[in-house]
Amino acid sequence: MSTTSVQRGPLATDLHDSPAGVNNFCIVAATVNGSGSQTANNVLVRALFRMGIPVSGKNIFPSNIQGLPTWFHIRVSEAGYVGRRDSAEVVVALNKATSAQDIASVSPGGVLIYPTEWKLPEERTDITYYALPVQQMAKDSGANAELRPYVANMVYVGALAELLGIELDEIKQAISEHFGGKQKPIDLNFGVVLAAVEYTRQNITKRDPFRVQRSNKTAGKLLINGNSAGALGAIFGGVSVAAWYPITPSTSLVDALSDYAKELRVNKQTGERAYAIVQAEDELAAIGMIVGAGWMGARAMTATSGPGISLMTEFAGFAYFTDTPIVLWDIQRMGPSTGLPTRTSQGDILMAYYLGHGDTRHVLLLPSSMEECFAFGWQAFDLADRLQTPVFVMSDLDLGMNLWMSDAFAYPDKPFDRGKVLSAADLERLGGFKRYSDEDDGTGVGPRTLPGTDHPLAAYFVRGSGHNASAEYTEKPDEWQANLQRLRRKHDYARTLVPAPIVDDIAGAEVGIISYGSNDPAIREARDMLAAAGVKTSYLRLRALPTTPEFTRFAEQHDRLYVVENNFDGQMLHILQTELPTRAAQMRSVSLCDGLPLTAQWISRSIATLEQER
Amino acid sequence: MSAIQEPPASGLNLIGLSKNDYKGKASTLCKGCGHDSISARIISVAYDLSIRPSRLIKMSGIGCSSKTPAYFLNQSHGFNGLHGRMPSISTGALLANHTMAAVGISGDGDTGSIGLGQFKHMVRRNVPMVYIIENNGVYGLTKGQFSATADEGQKLKYAGLNELPAIDVCLEALVADCGFVARSFAGDPRQVEQLLKAAFSHNGTAVLDIISPCVSFNDHEDSTKSYAWGKAHEEIINEFSFIPARQEITVDYAEGESVDVTMHDGAIVRLRKLDGKHDPTDRYAAMRLLEDAHRSQELITGLIYLDESRQSLGEIEHLPATPLAQLSEEQLRPSKSALDKLMAEMM
Repeated sequence: MSTTSVQRGPLATDLHDSPAGVNNFCIVAATVNGSGSQTANNVLVRALFRMGIPVSGKNIFPSNIQGLPTWFHIRVSEAGYVGRRDSAEVVVALNKATSAQDIASVSPGGVLIYPTEWKLPEERTDITYYALPVQQMAKDSGANAELRPYVANMVYVGALAELLGIELDEIKQAISEHFGGKQKPIDLNFGVVLAAVEYTRQNITKRDPFRVQRSNKTAGKLLINGNSAGALGAIFGGVSVAAWYPITPSTSLVDALSDYAKELRVNKQTGERAYAIVQAEDELAAIGMIVGAGWMGARAMTATSGPGISLMTEFAGFAYFTDTPIVLWDIQRMGPSTGLPTRTSQGDILMAYYLGHGDTRHVLLLPSSMEECFAFGWQAFDLADRLQTPVFVMSDLDLGMNLWMSDAFAYPDKPFDRGKVLSAADLERLGGFKRYSDEDDGTGVGPRTLPGTDHPLAAYFVRGSGHNASAEYTEKPDEWQANLQRLRRKHDYARTLVPAPIVDDIAGAEVGIISYGSNDPAIREARDMLAAAGVKTSYLRLRALPTTPEFTRFAEQHDRLYVVENNFDGQMLHILQTELPTRAAQMRSVSLCDGLPLTAQWISRSIATLEQER
Repeated sequence: MSAIQEPPASGLNLIGLSKNDYKGKASTLCKGCGHDSISARIISVAYDLSIRPSRLIKMSGIGCSSKTPAYFLNQSHGFNGLHGRMPSISTGALLANHTMAAVGISGDGDTGSIGLGQFKHMVRRNVPMVYIIENNGVYGLTKGQFSATADEGQKLKYAGLNELPAIDVCLEALVADCGFVARSFAGDPRQVEQLLKAAFSHNGTAVLDIISPCVSFNDHEDSTKSYAWGKAHEEIINEFSFIPARQEITVDYAEGESVDVTMHDGAIVRLRKLDGKHDPTDRYAAMRLLEDAHRSQELITGLIYLDESRQSLGEIEHLPATPLAQLSEEQLRPSKSALDKLMAEMM
């Protein structure tokens, strides 16, 4: 395998990016972390969304509480492209520390908005500069000194509203929603917005082509982040025990789970909670708790990120080997090691798939949208119970923490599947059971009893050491092998149950793109760019591991396969080449690991380059 | 002591089970191991207390001690987990079904070394279970390394001289606010049974450190975890009678020499201060007792500390009467209208 390193430069294939202009550009707000700019950024995103314009908001933030630089990318796209872009047409520079970098980042023909107080020499001739008296207007707002840095962010909201044509009613509505209808902060913040609108109107002559106009592309849609969507899915999947240890970027998933549980699972009369969410002392204890709860029969989950997954390794192997159902959300961030805790990546795929010592293979779900975060949130429990095994949901920081447009989530279309669980009556009828025997159906899954089942034959002994079909200790080579073979049968059974890939076959396409997760929006856009340049591509989006027959068919039908992913080694490529060695030579890696979501420009350029080099 | 009712002549206990119904598989530990004696006590106590085997879970970590749940209560679900991680597994299991009784068997390595963090957090959460440490101060399965509870200055054939102070698991439990801290000696079946019965009545984590000599790797006479040392240096701090609430018992105790403590389930533990000094409801006194014992190299046995006032984990979490693991789909999955309402709020 090879990892591509694509340099910028002329290409034989002419890749046309859609020209920026009306309802098609990127705003980047460069601010200081902890200065309250999130409120302003969310207000902008929501106002644009309410105007019916497809929009996405991505926070590129530091591992820091206050003081380090942060960038918020807002993409406005009438065409519905919501992936990150490499370009920045409108840059709001409010962080002196990164001003040089921010000025340089403005695309030619773009706009730079900056505080008048900086007395900036306007050196670039290919961009438009607009200065705003940000500090003065914050002072004039009447806010006390403590609040001034926060309301200062509303200055750029007002300026952008005037310059781009964002409707003030929608901005006011978004501010009102943000502050939960509390009049005082609404008045203060919207007052600053209005003052900035007025200042801009009086003092700035618009000299750029960027503006928005009302559209109808967001009707029936909502804005949410993947961690909230996943938490909601878990609630509808019947989670009753969750144990976790705080780690960015997964923490907000459990925060959301707590909020939804309080709303939906508390008996208002008695105060009783039909759930338990425990903040454990570390990730080892977190997974230990859900293993205990899963064994007892509860639907149990944890949420973590790479370092937490590392700590959970021994228990993951244990749960696999003892056939214990649990659900683990991995909101992936940059590794190795502590890495970049607040930057996105798909770097845990290989580790999670084989997590554990000895021969271990897990089931991974790979959501790529808010709908899938929700759907996999509940489906993971059915899979875990049916397969009696850990199920990993591999999200990432981009999906989990950023704001995405989504259709309303579909209510679960299937009742709970609790898998093979024997009751006392079953035991009476059967006269006993073999815990780890699949002789009835060959699925690799044996029947289990839950502790508390009132029958003399109900008990069995769980152990991570060698056990035979009757759950008795064994060191016999044939019994050991039989057990591993059963677990492999179970992995193959999982192929028939996991969500199948989404395939877009294009007649006559020799190129097949394979990807997964949060790369999807950038790939859709990249395919349009490649198609416009004459490169026809088919697309298979994996939604789970192990692979299913759809993958095999797709890999066999295309001459050249590009596996696009957001990590350094091309981890999914490794797995796919192992799953289908006969097509390994046709697969190539298109992977990048820089902490940022992939862009359509990079993907299309990378594939075009590889096509050209052929 | 005369509190415990002798089994009826038929050999059946109050729920109609015979002692045989509480037996386990044959032990694979070394002949004469103190752990086997403790397993026999658990069988005896579960029978005496008429605990329904299907209502109890047997938990353990890794090590010689952790193998023993296979050797008692065959009709109870058992879970032999990971080294030092039994507390977290038990925490999750008992959150999922807080109506189950639980007995955990750990060792000194499992609790005092690799599992010390989980042990202390389990105690802090007051997970309702009987947590037994079968303490021999040595790693048996890996052939004789020191554990963290090994005595300072002790010598072992392979490991040499231990120059580090011992961790006292009872003191650690006490510091973590454990409501039931006791120590006994595997060679004292009567006291082990008394303490076990009291521990099963405690609403919260009951820590029972049982010095259980390793016949293979740590039965040198200079170890406090040897039989010879234990028998010669044991100081019994209190003797008490356990009285199940369902029986009216008269106890032959002199007034002024005893203190009664009402357990959560209504049972009463009566403690007798043999030396006239230790009050097991006094936390500072309990700490001093353990500290003094360290200095004088004595083995203090009996109920060291008891506090019934703390809520156990299920109460802290406001769990419903029906165990979480048994809630129905109707109770767990909100309605379509609940989802639609949430969706509308986000639009």
